[in-house]
Amino acid sequence: MGLDIRIPIGLMFTIVGALLTLFGALGNKSIYARSLGINVNLLWGVVLLVAGIIFLIAATRKHKPGTT
Amino acid sequence: MNLTWIDWTIMLVYLAFVLGIGVALKRFVRNSTDFFLAGRSLPAWVCGLAFLSANLGAQEVIGMAASGAKYGIATSHFYWIGAVPAMVFVGIFMMPFYYGSRARSVPEYLRLRFDEKTRGLNAISFATMTVFSSGISMYAMAKLIQVLHVLDRPFAVLGWPHSWMFHTSILISAVVVLAYIFLGGLTSAIYNEVLQFFLIVAGFFPLVLLGLKDVGGWTGLKQQLPEAFTHSWRGMAHANTNPMGIEAFGLVMGLGFVLSFGYWCTDFLVVQRAMAADSMSAARRTPLIASIPKMLFPFLVILPGMIAIALPTPVAQAGVTRSQPAQGLISAKIDEATGTAQLDSNGRPVLDYDLAIPNTLLHYFPTGVLGLGLTALLASFMSGMAGNVTAFNTVWTYDIYQSYINKTATDQHYLWMGRMATVGGIVLSIAAAYAATHFNNIMDFLQLVFAFVNAPLFATFLLGMFWKRTTGHGAFLGLLSGTAAAALHHGMTLPQGATPGIKGGWLNVVHRYPSEMAQNFWTAIWAFTACFVVTVLISLLTRAREEEELVGLVYSLTSKPEEDHHLPWFARPLPLGIAVLLASVILNVIFW
Repeated sequence: MGLDIRIPIGLMFTIVGALLTLFGALGNKSIYARSLGINVNLLWGVVLLVAGIIFLIAATRKHKPGTT
Repeated sequence: MNLTWIDWTIMLVYLAFVLGIGVALKRFVRNSTDFFLAGRSLPAWVCGLAFLSANLGAQEVIGMAASGAKYGIATSHFYWIGAVPAMVFVGIFMMPFYYGSRARSVPEYLRLRFDEKTRGLNAISFATMTVFSSGISMYAMAKLIQVLHVLDRPFAVLGWPHSWMFHTSILISAVVVLAYIFLGGLTSAIYNEVLQFFLIVAGFFPLVLLGLKDVGGWTGLKQQLPEAFTHSWRGMAHANTNPMGIEAFGLVMGLGFVLSFGYWCTDFLVVQRAMAADSMSAARRTPLIASIPKMLFPFLVILPGMIAIALPTPVAQAGVTRSQPAQGLISAKIDEATGTAQLDSNGRPVLDYDLAIPNTLLHYFPTGVLGLGLTALLASFMSGMAGNVTAFNTVWTYDIYQSYINKTATDQHYLWMGRMATVGGIVLSIAAAYAATHFNNIMDFLQLVFAFVNAPLFATFLLGMFWKRTTGHGAFLGLLSGTAAAALHHGMTLPQGATPGIKGGWLNVVHRYPSEMAQNFWTAIWAFTACFVVTVLISLLTRAREEEELVGLVYSLTSKPEEDHHLPWFARPLPLGIAVLLASVILNVIFW
């Protein structure tokens, strides 16, 4: 099929990861009492961001040899 | 519940991608094979994750967490002796016939192997079942959106009445699923299932990490739960010594062999994902690849349930304002008529275990990652619905419309029919969802009937694929007898503490099981045995088909698929399957 599924997955996780990272880094810190004092938005946002970028890199590398 | 703009943004990003995939794939759908079978062109890992994700509907995610809260780690039997061995079996032994016969659906395989009536029986019962399952998924999602107050804020802003919330939820989910399947067909459904798979993992994994940290890891969880909750096999020697109320034989035969093999090996909803693979080898690897994350899913869905029941009940629980009896994070079911907690026959409150996952999400997640968690829940509901709808449109078009209504139309006509069937399937699902709101018992009744119809299926496929003497008459009568045996067994037995009726015993109670689960497993064992015996007897009395007609359909008459010896072991079905089984055994031993 003409669309590499890793591109939308990578894009979505990059966007969601970036959103969470920024929100965790800049937003109100008092909301983290329920998550045991851990800034889950920042930490998990970074994880998702990295995962998204890995998907995108994997997709673009595969496409170079001219596969359909 | 305090959702903010970031939660909304994450949900909208998800919806945009789901629809975007459908739009992007539309131009690749040129003929009916593209629409119904994804052009048989997808790589194994994509099909594998979709194979897993199509089953990850509401019943799975919410239900398995509920079961974790109710029975503890023993729920993992649904995975480690149920799904995983069945997935290995279908990949290694059955896929060569499904994929190799070029059948376009499971009922069509039955047509090739047996006869028209066996296909008709399977196609019609399966099509009905998918519509109702997707309707139940839709209903559960709309209910959950209400319970979690997801749409309260936007409704307040827009000034819409509260009573529209249920309708709006149904409508949005229906339109989204309809749009992406209508446009991109099975490819679109599969791509979205892969996306949903990663999203479900991304949404629930931090929940498990936080929960485990809170209770002090597995060791801490062990200290806070009864011993039987943290051991999957200890206590299985006798039905009275484990929370599930089932003994090892009933568990292994009923759940492990009959029910799990029956589902994973014969249900077109999952098998369709493997049929979309780009080669025989990829089709065989599809369920094997799926079985690896499947094996780890207990940690993602059962653990939150166990954590929910182990935690101390918070004084003022998030999202719940009225005080009510509860255990852990799970509150009691509320009687809608009186507004007080429902009590069982011993006077104890009936816990609403289905709230295990939603309440744990609300307990730990601050705004931000909460949006991600809710999106993961929505994703699981949608993938469950989409799986059913794609299976329905294919069976309707190929096995009912093309077989009985219009045999000679052009391929473009069947492609058009597939899109119309998608619309029809969604409309029927909506009807089923509303039927569920008005007649809850009718849904229970239908699910019971489907259980009777499904229970004997695996016997038919097992005999059909591995015994060339099996005949069409044998298969057809075997299926009917299996269903009858299931109904009879259900009508004559009753779980402890239940009254005769929908729970069983509607004929005459001759036996009482310690639990409903034990009754279900034994119903399946009776159905399988009856189907097996009747199929064999009738087959011996009727004329077998010529052997040359059965080449490619029966094990002994089909050349074995070639093992690709140049590939590394993990890319070859057989060694991969053995590795998966070994890993499953190890997990059973660790959590013994």
